[in-house]
Amino acid sequence: MNALVDIRRLRRSFGGPAVLDGIDLKIAQGEFVALLGRSGSGKSTLLRVLAGLDTAPAQKLEIPARRSVVFQEPRLLPWKSVIENVALGARKPDARALAGAALADVSLSHRRDAWPLTLSGGEAQRASLARALVRSPDLLLLDEPFAALDALTRLRMHDLVFDLWRKHHPAILLVTHDVWEAVALADRILVLDQGRFSHEIRVDIEHPRRRGDPQASLIETGLLRELGVELSHV
Amino acid sequence: MADRSAAERNDTHGTPDASLLAPADNRLWRTAGRIASPIAIIALWQIASLSGLLSPRILAAPTEIAITAGRLIASGELVTGLVVSFLRVSAGFSIAVVIGIALALTSGLSRLGEAIIDPPIQMLKAMPFLGLLPLFILWFGIGEAPKIGLVAFGAIFPIYLTLHGGIRSIDKKLIETSQVLELGTIGIIRHIVIPGALPSLLVGIRYGLSVAWLSLVVGEQINASSGIGYIITYARDFLQTDVIVVCLLVYAIMGLLTDGLVRGIEAYALRWRPQVIA
Ligand SMILES: Nc1ncnc2c1ncn2[C@@H]1O[C@H](COP(=O)(O)OP(=O)(O)O)[C@@H](O)[C@H]1O
Ligand SMILES: [Mg+2]
Repeated sequence: MNALVDIRRLRRSFGGPAVLDGIDLKIAQGEFVALLGRSGSGKSTLLRVLAGLDTAPAQKLEIPARRSVVFQEPRLLPWKSVIENVALGARKPDARALAGAALADVSLSHRRDAWPLTLSGGEAQRASLARALVRSPDLLLLDEPFAALDALTRLRMHDLVFDLWRKHHPAILLVTHDVWEAVALADRILVLDQGRFSHEIRVDIEHPRRRGDPQASLIETGLLRELGVELSHV
Repeated sequence: MADRSAAERNDTHGTPDASLLAPADNRLWRTAGRIASPIAIIALWQIASLSGLLSPRILAAPTEIAITAGRLIASGELVTGLVVSFLRVSAGFSIAVVIGIALALTSGLSRLGEAIIDPPIQMLKAMPFLGLLPLFILWFGIGEAPKIGLVAFGAIFPIYLTLHGGIRSIDKKLIETSQVLELGTIGIIRHIVIPGALPSLLVGIRYGLSVAWLSLVVGEQINASSGIGYIITYARDFLQTDVIVVCLLVYAIMGLLTDGLVRGIEAYALRWRPQVIA
């Protein structure tokens, strides 16, 4: 099958040493990929290239046209109601109807007319997810979308993202520093270090994945060690 | 429950910010306190006038002023003058709003526009614009044009400066988000730049309005053949301090009313902002 994302030898530097030093990345249609790495390792830089917010030289750079992004902050327009924010993502004649459906998908219909600044952190991030999904993207880019949420809300968001992925089946690239988040959700986990992918693991565990599961724990500890070792040579 | 609220009330009495949190009866007392002092001053003024200490050629008595106000309103003189003055401010301020917004959008949205527009405006801003009146008279004669021109010129600066600042301080992350959403340049201006800079613009408009009324007062002192300024000039020639004070009060009331109008617009347009005080 043709890869949805196909990047070869992508480089990006901001003057100093290359943040991305010849990265190769393929993502299949509907694949859920998690990207781990210590802070400052270049995860967001890679995601911004995929989002089309940044340009960088590469031997090959195939990215689908239909993309959506959810950032760590919800980035809703505070002067538009929740439904107007979501409809802005759709930009079609029936944008409002689509937006209503997307809000129902993230169980936020009851807040459709609320102002964004009155939402809780979890609600705002769900609205942001709805705005991304209403575009029916082939590639959904998530840059630490749950990092600012409390632990309980974060676990609920994991279930939500998983359900949405099952329902709409976009390819997802989830940037995170939460190892369990990656293990719980992804088909494949990449670790970014020193401008390269230092590690790649396929996670073939049935969903829903439970935290005490021996196979999952093994992967989790392996990744933690990988990240811990990296931390020690910073 | 009752104990707790009593304790809270005691607490708020103790804090320096009590005015915001104070219970209603306390607020009533404060209002009364604020009114008491002006009333006392007016009473003293009245006594000074009655006792002959304050000559009507210096300043008319409050009662005299009230009677004159009634007479000027009844004769229609005041309303006619007010309409003329109001039209001058409206015309000048409308010009200022259009030019100020156009300049601010140009310089806020493009680096080139900023390089061209911003430096001269920053320089002109430093000039005491009311001092331009003699030049305006030379350029525009003594009709309506110099008066409207002075109002427009003075009000452009606050509108331009606040809107320009507002556009520049728009969250770059929102601009980035709109790129992801593929809103396009027009969409970005419509959905992000204008609503995002609106709070600043409204501050500029309120400030610009006060400048506009001030410019009108000055502009109307010279060669006015109609309007509130004309009534003042005429009264000055006949030493009618009561008429002058009435006219000044009218200026003040008009300033407050137009400011209140903009506040109303503000309250509606910015209703998305969270209410700090419910
Ligand atoms: N616009 C930029 N200008 C200069 N340096 C940048 C810029 N964006 C990112 N960087 C640098 O690139 C490195 C990677 O940043 P980033 O991709 O944000 O890391 P991560 O998301 O993994 O925490 C950091 O050292 C950061 O300082
Ligand atoms: Mg990052």
